[in-house]
Amino acid sequence: MPMKTIRQALNEALAQEMRRDPRVVVIGEDVAGGAGTPGQRDAYGGVLGVTKGLIGEFGPERVIDTPITESAIMGAAAGAAATGLRPVAELMFSDFFGVCFDQIYNQAAKFRYMFGGKATTPLVIRTMIGAGRSAAAQHSQSPYHVFTSVPGLKCVIPSNAYDAKGLLIQAIRDDDPVIFCEHKLMYDLRAEVPDEAYTIPFGEANVVRDGEDVTIVALARMVHYAAEAAEALAKEGIDCELIDPRTTSPLDTDTILDSVARTGRLVVVDEGTPRCGVAADIAALVAEHAFAALRAPIRRVTAPHTPVPFAPSLEKLYIPSVGSIAQAVHDTYGYGR
Amino acid sequence: MSAAIVALTMPQWGLTMTEGKVAEWLKPEGAALVPGDELVEIETSKITNAMEVEQPGVLRRITAPAGTTLPVGALLAVIAEADVADAEIDRFVAGFVAPVAEAETTAEPAAAPAMLEGAFGRLRYLEAGSGPGVPVVLLHGLGADLGGWMFTQPALAEGRRTIALDLPGHGGSDKDVGPGDPARFIDAIADALDRLGIDRAHLVGHSLGGAMAAGLARRQPERVAGLTLIAPAGVAPEINDAFIQGFVQASRRKDVAAVLALLVYHPALVSRSMVEDVLRYKRLDGVAEAMARIAQVWFPGGRQAHLLVAEAAASGVRMQVIWGREDRVIPAAQAEALASAERHVLEGAGHMPHMEKAAEVNRLIARFLAAGA
Repeated sequence: MPMKTIRQALNEALAQEMRRDPRVVVIGEDVAGGAGTPGQRDAYGGVLGVTKGLIGEFGPERVIDTPITESAIMGAAAGAAATGLRPVAELMFSDFFGVCFDQIYNQAAKFRYMFGGKATTPLVIRTMIGAGRSAAAQHSQSPYHVFTSVPGLKCVIPSNAYDAKGLLIQAIRDDDPVIFCEHKLMYDLRAEVPDEAYTIPFGEANVVRDGEDVTIVALARMVHYAAEAAEALAKEGIDCELIDPRTTSPLDTDTILDSVARTGRLVVVDEGTPRCGVAADIAALVAEHAFAALRAPIRRVTAPHTPVPFAPSLEKLYIPSVGSIAQAVHDTYGYGR
Repeated sequence: MSAAIVALTMPQWGLTMTEGKVAEWLKPEGAALVPGDELVEIETSKITNAMEVEQPGVLRRITAPAGTTLPVGALLAVIAEADVADAEIDRFVAGFVAPVAEAETTAEPAAAPAMLEGAFGRLRYLEAGSGPGVPVVLLHGLGADLGGWMFTQPALAEGRRTIALDLPGHGGSDKDVGPGDPARFIDAIADALDRLGIDRAHLVGHSLGGAMAAGLARRQPERVAGLTLIAPAGVAPEINDAFIQGFVQASRRKDVAAVLALLVYHPALVSRSMVEDVLRYKRLDGVAEAMARIAQVWFPGGRQAHLLVAEAAASGVRMQVIWGREDRVIPAAQAEALASAERHVLEGAGHMPHMEKAAEVNRLIARFLAAGA
């Protein structure tokens, strides 16, 4: 099985769906690598390199390079989706959602409901999340908890290349607006990815590791940190089950609750901020529906309630670490012992 | 001398296995070994299975205790007669060179599956071995692929060409199965053999692949030197419909694991990685349609509609049938109906005797091949 990076997996998903369905179009800033300017066309394939080669194969009518205006991109994409296309729009940094949220939150997310189910909005918004590059407070956030909280939006957060391809194809074929969050430090992560097209259903968590002592739920880059922590904890005799929800809306509550019913202990790891975040949401779910199974308080490992620091030393402290995850597992495992 | 000393080494099961873990020794040092005894359990990321004793002797030395992880080809234990001196065993262990180290220095590439452009789409196959023996063609069952022959193909590849084929709709082959009926599959297999230049072969078919092998033998008897049918479909109408429907419909890990457990007698054989592989296969475009089509055409209303093996048996083709006593998909009792066939019902195996009792199945196939030569 060929090894591919997340970048390659996403590019392959886009190209395969564009070949399969002429209604699929790509729209965003620099997705064609500087259209309308002199110099090499598609030199880099977007700021992220994910859309490279698409303009060459599908042309400027289906790979639409836009001015720097998120509200126009999202407005055009939402309208196109409501009238028959299947756009994949790029919101380069998720931090910029503020300028275009009306089109997403108050328009695209509402169409199916307000038109009595007669309208569908097959819109995908690919966007970059995550800290770790010293990109400072305005380019480092993980605001997927905001997208998760909106009825009418689906929210996808892949953690590896296999999932990235299958989830993006699923997103493109889905008839509702989907926010697809890509962690900016993970594009070069490799995994075995089939050449053929495939889909991973939404709302189906990946149990990364089976275990009996503590359930760890982690998202995106935190899945890898949690796996490393679980590996180390196994050597101490603490057997962790690691769950990657893959999508936060819909959320696979069954897999999480079934796991906690066995382990009685929960640690949630989330690179987002702690107030009203995904970790808080999952903790509430378990406290509400699996209270009798709990043998220790739930622990959340999240970023602090502050903007993301620019200084590399502070940013490192800001992001949950293998050590802080292991500490939380120790806390819950050792509770009452 | 050391000719009487035999090295037991880490096996290679499947294309991707590079190392394995000694899970448990089932015989202690000093035990007298009888061929067919289960000797040691080996765990890989894909599968846990027992290695069986192949020749008699005494288990003189265990060099890889339970819990150790070693590369393919590494020494696990030494088998010799009781009268071989301990000092000689010591010398043998000290002088042992893992063949894997040699393999790395030679330029021979590891076997990899290849694709052929058939009349009914692209088919993936894995070829191994060469020699004067009648070629062997291996046909897997519903939802499986050529990887299911990981214990079988290497053992048969000595002295003959072997081909394991991914059936249409399966593994790395195209997922379009057209009408999905016996004629379509038999056409595709015959076409693949044409393209591979195989005029005559011994066909080994498991489950649904067994029915297809029998169908090809009926249509082109001159082409089939013999049939080894492992828990074949196509003998009698009865089949476990809950398994078929479960396999076709399961899309979650838990459900897939429960369905796969029906395949085996020892549940430990179904690893999480095997479940993951099936899940990944089922997510590929076209697979759900192919599975549903095959189930509907071959097993409508939970009964087998195409009794190709029963027909082939009546036509007098040379045939052996191997079944696991504990088969929960197709009952082993169906073997009794095949009076003209050589029949073997293996204890302690379910629907996958070629995985659960690999050494025994390999011996039976080898013997059947030799007798037919």
